[in-house]
Amino acid sequence: MSEYLVSIEHERLSFFTPAGEVKALNDVSFYISEGEVLGIVGESGSGKSVTAYSLMGLTAHPGKLLGGTLDFNGHRVNDMTEKEFRKMRGNEVSIIFQDPMTSLNPVYTIGNQIREALKLHTDKNKAERQARAIELLELVGINEPEKRLKQYPHELSGGMRQRVMIAIALACEPKLLIADEPTTALDVTIQAQILELMMELKDKLGMAIMMITHDLGVVASMCDHIAVMYAGNIVEYGTTDDIFYNPKHEYTKGLLRSIPRMDSREHERLVPIEGTPVDLLNPPKGCPFASRCDNCMQICLREKAPVTHFGDIHYTSCWMNQKAELEGGEEK
Amino acid sequence: MFKYILKRLGIAVVTIWLIATLTFFLMNMVPGGPFLSEKAVSPAAMAALEAKYGLDKPLLQQYVTYIGDALHGDFGDSLKQRGRTVTSIIATKFPVSARIGGLAVLAAFCIGVPLGCISAMNRGKLGDSIIIVIATCGIAVPSFVICTVLMYTFGVRLGWLPTLGLGSWKHYIMPVTALAFYPTAYITRLMRSSMLDVLGQDYMRTARAKGVSQFASLFKHALRNAILPVVTYLGPLLAYTVTGSFIVEKIFTIPGLGGEFIGSITNRDYTVIMGTTIFLATLMILMNVVVDIVYKLVDPRIKLK
Amino acid sequence: MKENPNPLSFQARINPDDFLPASNEEKQSLVIMRESVSFWKDGVRRFRKNKVAMVSLAVVILIMIFSFVVPFFYPYTYEQQIRGSEHLAPMQYSEQEQELRASGEHVFPHILGTDKLGRDYAIRVMMGSRISLIVGLVAAVIILVIGSAFGSIAAFFGGWVDILMMRVVDIIYTIPDILLIVLLSFALKAPLEALGMMPGFKWIQLLGRNLISIFIVFALLYWGGMARMVRSQILTLKESEYVTAARALGAGTARIIKKHLLTNCIGTLIVTTTLQIPSSIFTESFLSFLGLGVAVPMPSLGSLASDAINGINTYPHLLFIPAALISLIILSFNLLGDGLRDAFDPKMKN
Repeated sequence: MSEYLVSIEHERLSFFTPAGEVKALNDVSFYISEGEVLGIVGESGSGKSVTAYSLMGLTAHPGKLLGGTLDFNGHRVNDMTEKEFRKMRGNEVSIIFQDPMTSLNPVYTIGNQIREALKLHTDKNKAERQARAIELLELVGINEPEKRLKQYPHELSGGMRQRVMIAIALACEPKLLIADEPTTALDVTIQAQILELMMELKDKLGMAIMMITHDLGVVASMCDHIAVMYAGNIVEYGTTDDIFYNPKHEYTKGLLRSIPRMDSREHERLVPIEGTPVDLLNPPKGCPFASRCDNCMQICLREKAPVTHFGDIHYTSCWMNQKAELEGGEEK
Repeated sequence: MFKYILKRLGIAVVTIWLIATLTFFLMNMVPGGPFLSEKAVSPAAMAALEAKYGLDKPLLQQYVTYIGDALHGDFGDSLKQRGRTVTSIIATKFPVSARIGGLAVLAAFCIGVPLGCISAMNRGKLGDSIIIVIATCGIAVPSFVICTVLMYTFGVRLGWLPTLGLGSWKHYIMPVTALAFYPTAYITRLMRSSMLDVLGQDYMRTARAKGVSQFASLFKHALRNAILPVVTYLGPLLAYTVTGSFIVEKIFTIPGLGGEFIGSITNRDYTVIMGTTIFLATLMILMNVVVDIVYKLVDPRIKLK
Repeated sequence: MKENPNPLSFQARINPDDFLPASNEEKQSLVIMRESVSFWKDGVRRFRKNKVAMVSLAVVILIMIFSFVVPFFYPYTYEQQIRGSEHLAPMQYSEQEQELRASGEHVFPHILGTDKLGRDYAIRVMMGSRISLIVGLVAAVIILVIGSAFGSIAAFFGGWVDILMMRVVDIIYTIPDILLIVLLSFALKAPLEALGMMPGFKWIQLLGRNLISIFIVFALLYWGGMARMVRSQILTLKESEYVTAARALGAGTARIIKKHLLTNCIGTLIVTTTLQIPSSIFTESFLSFLGLGVAVPMPSLGSLASDAINGINTYPHLLFIPAALISLIILSFNLLGDGLRDAFDPKMKN
């Protein structure tokens, strides 16, 4: 269908809650090639996870896909049945969740939970599954795998459990690994270890990774491309260098100003982004970031900005860029 | 594990002793006695009776004698049913109640758990509403109402089922239904809310993300977690139910322990009261220990202390 | 300089004024804040939206009117025996009454018939539900007070006090409650009667000795569950971070109890108390069945139903009316309690 592993075009998704329609995704498009690492950055509620879940057919109850096309590995995800989804999940695409403390079933052993994925998607026999489980634990850097397999989740530390989650996710060598804030709930030192492990495994196994995070530091070190999301829109998309060294959207600029930098001068201050995220129940009709934007203009209040392209990859939707173009077609 | 059971048994013995003591003195504090209601008992005969059973001695001495005998497994003779020991009364009456009660708890478990699951899985849909309405009605109807309605409809009006005694399997249907009614409704509600809780847990999402089907994830991942509150409820329920329900036994004229117990209280059959109370309390405590152990088996996180 | 690929399509719609900076006010006007609602307001809003709970609230209010207000306007009283009117079917008149009616007098119909002593059944059912409701409400309050006091003391002192107090609860749980109920109601008979004779305690006679002993039984036996719940609630809250935070900010114990513990417990307390009412009514009906309920001629729904059991083959309506009413009362209180829980239990939010 397409040369990409993942291609999402103009996805719109809403949650129909008792309080009204929550427009979680408004026209989201992006592509991931095989073996590519895409970072999706944004604050809570910006639609990062919703996008990933919808790709796996895991959209939670009142959520409904309203438009757009989602393609993954040759499947048109839009018209897949639950049965087809089941065959795909854990096999072609896997996911690691934010909180390893609650993501493993407390009443089953680690081994049981790893072997379950193998049982579902491979025709390995019992002994082979056990061997593969041991191999997987070794792969994710857990020592004494035979002993660990017999342990229950509560007997392991948070970092250990996240490694187990990764082992489960990689059990069937998926083409895409979705990491939904995989390190948010972990200690900083453990965070680095887990990220390093993921990169190592990526090089070894060659899968693509969709890294969902609100931590720019995480994406900087590992991603090829970055999509910045705000209020259900991708406001800027580009290579890691584009985003970090040539940000075009006011929100991206704000994000970068709010993180500490190693090379900063001594008294340079961190600048927080003022204001609160938009209420997706009543999204504004103009630019969703307008109310928090320092360079907000009249038109921003009224109308959504069109996409401005900078080269083949880098694009953004911000009126500032339109203004620049109109005022004399400034060089990109 | 062994140490734990030993410790629990130690606590159990102390608790049972406390309950026995409390019951003994409370029972004796209440005005009236076992032989008051009997007509035409001359004061002399009464004194003779009391002397025979040791009721003329000071209370404390009676207490010491009783506890001493009980420790040797001798719970005395019934004061009202001549020539029968308390142990033999319990031994003949308990199995009757236990059979009906056991069947009722089994039925309640086998119906309540699936209904609760179905209801939780279909949250907010018609099936859920129907089940939850029926279950809420179920916990709202007193058991004597259920008994009489069953009896009136199936026994008297339709004549399908026998109403008295326990002659054949048909005799069991109504008492078991009546006894199972409330627990079934309660377990359904309990199971539903606990299942809803579990279905919202992260590990259920993990299971689905692994490609487990909804049905399989319910059985493998949700049920074992969701059943824990039901297990907790089941222990005391079993202890209560197998010792017989006075109402059910009275209405369906079943010679069970529940009726015996109430009868002994109103008759002031002191030894039977004591014996049955100690029996009930022991069963209750035993069930609680069993529940704790089952809990440990189902949920590896639990540490038995 | 590169040619702009499509400047015209924009220029058509955009004039230079559009790129003027927007003022802060204009920016703020975009922010539609969802009105922030307090815990209580939010709860009430959610409760109002719950149709089942609103219907059960309406039913509870209706039953209360039916049992507390209507009897004042009703021409018969619950103990009045009308000779010749025994065992009338609903809306039936006895011969005398028919004669009276023939002579042009107005006779109020026996809407639900009469019982074996010729007492109007409708008023007896009303009085019965009044007693049942009183039992349910008073018992719930007693249990609430004793249970929450006991539970919070145990939780606050902790240590061996806690262990000891919870042991007491365990023991009360383990003793067969029926034994205590029966023994207590026998034991309380004489002292209450004596007390009723004393000046200033006339109200005991008025309420009925059995009713009082039922309350005492509830007070002694059924607060265990409430105590356990309050204790565990307070223990969890004591450990919670916001209480630690409040303490770190220098809040005194009184303020912590008032501001944090109470407001967080109160939802659960209300719910548990509401759910206690049906269970007390349940127990009272069971006691009436055993003959330990309210004293004759005072009816309760339980005693009405159990009186009717013997005559069920000939007069089934005498059983079904009070039985249905008990079930309705218990059902609506249960649904009301469920609704309150859904609305006010912070953990159940969304």
